[in-house]
Amino acid sequence: MSQNPRIISKGINWLLILLYLVLVFIGLIAIFSVEYRPDVSIVQSITGLKTNYSKQMLFFVLCLVIGGFILLTDSKFFTATANLFYALGIVLLLVTLAAGKEINGSKSWIPLGFMNLQPAETCKIFVSLALAKYLSRLETDFRKWKSHAIAIGLALAPAAFSILQNETGLALVYFTFFITLYREGLPPVYLIVGASAAVMVVASILVDPNMLAIILTVLAVLTIWMLRRKIRRDKTVLIIIISVWGLCVGIQRFAVPFMFEKVMQPYQVERIMSMFGKDYVPKDPAAAEALMKEKAKQGKISKDGKKEENYNVKQSKIAIGSGGVTGKGFLKGAVTQGDFVPEQHTDFIFTALGESFGFWGTTLVLLIYFTLLMVIINMAERQRSVFSRVYGYSVAAIIFFHVVINICMTVGLAPVIGIPLPLISYGGSSLLTFTVLIFIFVRLDADRQAVIR
Amino acid sequence: MSDFHSIRSRIIQIVFAAVFVVIVLQLFNLQVLNSKYKLMADDQAIYRKVVYPSRGMVFDRKKHVILDNTTLFDLVVIPAQLKMGCDTAALCNILKITEDEFKKRVINGIVKNGRYQPSVFEGLLDEKTHAQLAEKLTQFQPAFDLVERPVRKYPYLAAAHVFGYLAEVDPKFLEKNSSEGYRQGDYAGMTGLERTYEKVLMGQRGIQYWNRDNKNRPTQPYQGGKFDTAAVAGSTLYTSMDIELQELGEKLMQGKIGSVVAIDPQTGGIIAMVSAPSYSPALLTGNQRRKHFSELYTDPKLPLYNRAVTGTYSPGSTFKTLQAVIGMQEGVITQRTGYPCRGAYFECGTGKPKCHGSGHSPDLIHAIATSCNPYFANVYRKIIDQPRYGTVDSGLTVWDKYMYGFGLGHKLGVDLPAEKGGNIPTAKYYRKIFGNNWSSCNTVSNSIGQGEVNSTVLQLSNAIAMLANKGWYYTPHIVDSIEGGDKFGLLEAYHTKNQPVHIPDTMFEAVHEGMADVMKPGGTGWRLAVEGINICGKTGTVENYYRGNKQKDHSFFAAFAPRENPKIAIACIVENGGFGATIAGPIVSLMIEKYINDTISEKRKEWVSRYSAVSITPARIVDEIRKRDSIKLVKDAERARKELLKSIKEETGIESDPDSNMSDPNRKPPAPPPAKDTNKTLAWIAPTDDRKKKTDNHPIK
Repeated sequence: MSQNPRIISKGINWLLILLYLVLVFIGLIAIFSVEYRPDVSIVQSITGLKTNYSKQMLFFVLCLVIGGFILLTDSKFFTATANLFYALGIVLLLVTLAAGKEINGSKSWIPLGFMNLQPAETCKIFVSLALAKYLSRLETDFRKWKSHAIAIGLALAPAAFSILQNETGLALVYFTFFITLYREGLPPVYLIVGASAAVMVVASILVDPNMLAIILTVLAVLTIWMLRRKIRRDKTVLIIIISVWGLCVGIQRFAVPFMFEKVMQPYQVERIMSMFGKDYVPKDPAAAEALMKEKAKQGKISKDGKKEENYNVKQSKIAIGSGGVTGKGFLKGAVTQGDFVPEQHTDFIFTALGESFGFWGTTLVLLIYFTLLMVIINMAERQRSVFSRVYGYSVAAIIFFHVVINICMTVGLAPVIGIPLPLISYGGSSLLTFTVLIFIFVRLDADRQAVIR
Repeated sequence: MSDFHSIRSRIIQIVFAAVFVVIVLQLFNLQVLNSKYKLMADDQAIYRKVVYPSRGMVFDRKKHVILDNTTLFDLVVIPAQLKMGCDTAALCNILKITEDEFKKRVINGIVKNGRYQPSVFEGLLDEKTHAQLAEKLTQFQPAFDLVERPVRKYPYLAAAHVFGYLAEVDPKFLEKNSSEGYRQGDYAGMTGLERTYEKVLMGQRGIQYWNRDNKNRPTQPYQGGKFDTAAVAGSTLYTSMDIELQELGEKLMQGKIGSVVAIDPQTGGIIAMVSAPSYSPALLTGNQRRKHFSELYTDPKLPLYNRAVTGTYSPGSTFKTLQAVIGMQEGVITQRTGYPCRGAYFECGTGKPKCHGSGHSPDLIHAIATSCNPYFANVYRKIIDQPRYGTVDSGLTVWDKYMYGFGLGHKLGVDLPAEKGGNIPTAKYYRKIFGNNWSSCNTVSNSIGQGEVNSTVLQLSNAIAMLANKGWYYTPHIVDSIEGGDKFGLLEAYHTKNQPVHIPDTMFEAVHEGMADVMKPGGTGWRLAVEGINICGKTGTVENYYRGNKQKDHSFFAAFAPRENPKIAIACIVENGGFGATIAGPIVSLMIEKYINDTISEKRKEWVSRYSAVSITPARIVDEIRKRDSIKLVKDAERARKELLKSIKEETGIESDPDSNMSDPNRKPPAPPPAKDTNKTLAWIAPTDDRKKKTDNHPIK
């Protein structure tokens, strides 16, 4: 690899960088529209760095500088330091756990003076690199279950820390690495079993326990009836079906209630339940009272005990829905201007776009994201080195997960999880993370002819 | 790359695409298919601010402004901004309230309108307080601010009953007027012209659309004010009132209970309408409104009551003038018919009604001038006992028809609310009471305007106006025209001439002659003549009883002037004022002089002070005052009042109940109708005495 500046741009995928710039630009416009007030001078607020959009602009400049440095860096640097960075990430997570700053009820921030760093956020990069490094090792045989376990362990370790920091949303992000692992040959049985277990847990939260037990039993009987010929030939099928049924009922009747009542804290249970739109009242009255106090402290319920959890989603849907086909026009969104949507500049930024630009606008944004993802996947597929390909898939998976969960949350298809919209939401940590993720991949892609390990 | 891998890559891409399609479908659902979110967004984010126009002004016939607007200020507080600093001590000092009271008011505000909305902290500040606050306002901002509030201003402090007052609308009102766009907290006319002409006076409200934020604070005009509509000020009312005459009337009536109504016979326009006791209309504006209102409301003299249209009285001898006209028209008497008076009317065998003053009446004119009771008893009986009508029932029906023609026994339709129709008894009614025994004899009190005959002072003065006009009248009204035209058709009824009876002018002239003689030596009102004005008048003196005890007579006087070209028809009653000529007469005489000559002659100026100084409190009211002073009874009354209020509201506008339970020795009633409870309570509040006259009802003159 030559460090000659004249050919530094050689092999760089400008389309990806263009899409990146377009999204950041859309983000700046959206944040501006959220904060714009006609009686405040725009020039003053930009130069004074008082508003979020001016801060975001500053972050953007910073990101461009860092992106530039990344493009100047040798690709080998990333393979060489992948494990080191991963270790650093884990250390940061531990530090956060010990001495983190609490913002909005989650102790996941490290104050750096000019900004707050969220290690669980940045750790995504490190995991992507570490996973790429591990899977591209010559000695890794991804057909063995041991390799599977190590890879899954690498991916999910930060998730465990995130859960401890009360950032369940961020923890979920790490499950997206299963997409990468699937691409690299993880047997589908992992996904099926995992997904089934998840469905079981969710179902036991959502469905009445007795009803669920009946449904499961009916399903088991139906399966036995349908497979009756096979069973006549081979009794083990029957045993498998019965043991799966037993496991499901076990999870549903005993494991989940045991976890909720004995292992987890009431507020954690409440948070999980509220994700699915359920009220949670602990059976123990003392615990119930403690939970109410906790909730009142966090301002989640008003004095008269009325729940306000659904307010965000309702306002978000109103904002997006009122945009109509063509939208109300830039800076003309009454819901946005009236501050009706909480956290609109960060997690609910999509509502500002939905209200101002309508269905065409939101569809266009989705199309840009989709193009970005397809470009990244195509780029990943053309890599010669496994490291670059794995990394590319990780980037695509992370962006995909963020976009989908964030937008689904604003349109009421997913529970409210504090996950930003990549490159558009306000936030230095988030913007920096995605910039670094994308630019490293651009750098790796530029060197796709070389074999990088 | 193996096929295995490319398949997985493809699967991943398909999953990505599928998920995005699902999201786009949901967006399509929310943004294109569903319109409810748009409504919800407008509902919460757009604030419809109603801009109140100033109410219409009112002018009198000489183009004086008699009802105007002025701007007072409300001190409003936004509780949420209190923590940004406010010199509470200084504020309490200016408003003369304690810190506790301050806190209480802030909490009240939060309860009413929330933390982020302005609430009235002290409403309608007087000038001095406003000046003090304005000077130091910066010390209290941003939590406190002064907000303009247009309120009514009364340049003459008179005619309170005519104007009526404004009050905050109550839920019942909102329900009734749901299509008019009133909202909680609005003010609307509750009585008087303010109520009748509410639609005209309120003007057209403007609407401004504002964006508002999640705390309900308006932020900026919605779409730059593109959809706003401007407020249009209420229209001016041009009335037939003469405010100076009104002031004189109120002055003369002070200290008494009763009323005066003066009508311009040519147009039907009401020149003055006095109901005594009155109150200063300014009491019901300003921040002491509530206190004043409850004081007025609980006053046993019922100053809020407009007696001129709601008080029904036996019209007494003033009624004889109509009797005379009908008698001539029916041909039972002529101008020259005489009747010998032997001290009383004996033809029914009871010696009632009695005759006061001079005995024999040689002709009609003399009978009117001396107010001869037996003469008119004779006329009345002759009318209804005419053989050509067969029965007494049809005779009375004919008589009733004439009376209705004179505007009695039914509401006239004046442009003031709560008008009562008085009562003209029907044959059906007597049939019910007396059965087959009823005759002209047991109803002979009607002949002299007593018995079952009841009318408001407005009806009486209208009947006099019709006499003056020789047979026609315009429906009495206050408002002549409305600025910008009569868009709601409120005045249509006042521009049509009513001529319900067709009686030759000569018959009216005979009565005029008699009424003119009233004012001459030998007539009952000779003292009341005004030099240079040819007045036709008629006295009335009505006996009345309270708890079985005879009280001082009610004093009546009705007149019109000048005789040749009537410009004013006027009627007056002073409760327990004595003879008609004693107190009601001078009041009418002075008001006629004032109206025709525009001034009162030097030598009669003394009369003004003399008669305005007269104070008469009927025994009924003395008792009420005594009652009120007893704490226990006050509480009882309060409870009764609440029930009453309801029944009064329902009663208002409903034909007054003729079932007044009077007994006359002339009658042989099988059984007096049982006095209902409502009657008892009504009598308590109604100014009319007729329900209290438990024994008999005897005319004197």
